[in-house]
Amino acid sequence: MSPRIKMLRKVLNPPQINGFNPYGSKLGIESRESVNLFYEEYEALRLCDYDGYNHQEASAMMSVSRPTFTRIYASALRKIAKAFVEGKQITIKGGKVYFDSDWYQCHQCRCYFNNPEKDKSIESCPLCGNHQIEKFEYDNSTDENEDELMTELCKCPNCGFEQEHQAKTPCKQLVCKKCHTTFQRNES
Amino acid sequence: MKIAITSTGNTLESTIDPRFGRCAYYVFYDTETKATEFIPNPNKDAEGGAGPASVQFVASKNVNKIISGEFGMKIKSLLDSLKIQMIVHKEQDKTIQEIIEMLNH
Repeated sequence: MSPRIKMLRKVLNPPQINGFNPYGSKLGIESRESVNLFYEEYEALRLCDYDGYNHQEASAMMSVSRPTFTRIYASALRKIAKAFVEGKQITIKGGKVYFDSDWYQCHQCRCYFNNPEKDKSIESCPLCGNHQIEKFEYDNSTDENEDELMTELCKCPNCGFEQEHQAKTPCKQLVCKKCHTTFQRNES
Repeated sequence: MKIAITSTGNTLESTIDPRFGRCAYYVFYDTETKATEFIPNPNKDAEGGAGPASVQFVASKNVNKIISGEFGMKIKSLLDSLKIQMIVHKEQDKTIQEIIEMLNH
């Protein structure tokens, strides 16, 4: 049976170099062998030890689970340690990754767009040319779902009385106005 | 510069298709010559992998931007590596004509 397919890891900033070379080998001949560090391992190291995020935060940024992140991070450390001790080159390439770009939203036509070239900054909307654009954060994307929840109904299991569901307030904490039993989430 | 727009039909009055991989038609608009070209999507009824196949099809036309209602998870990473800009337009009642007018701001 083939193993489970790896999830794509999100890499925000690809490394500026392709690897490292050792120098001054005591063995006389410099080893041409190399250790291959994957992009996701580089990214894990960067998020944790350079930017100072904890594993939980960093795993969300790479859109993998926390345990998977810890495995990637551990593998990065093992590879770097191996290269240091055995005096091997480190090449940074490969891995199951995709490079994410920044997203923006236009205030006039309400469209979303990304910036495919990191070196250049975007100043106007590519669709309508408006200059009022704003960087789009993924956290805002939950707004739509909350709007949907607002129109749902809380139903009383005893008398069938319904009232509009309040976002962020669990139905079980509310009491029916008519018969004073606690509401249940309407599962229809 | 060439821009691809997903369309529900093959006229300028058709509306924008909210799906990328399984839209009915692709409109290729050239900003320099102002030419539009309607091409039916060969992957409309594909069993699976319509998104990546469509990316290949659209990329072979040398486009720089794609306007659609939504882009799937598989496609976003592909287009990122191809350096094609994605524009997500949620208003589904916009016609192709209106989109092209907006592009000529």
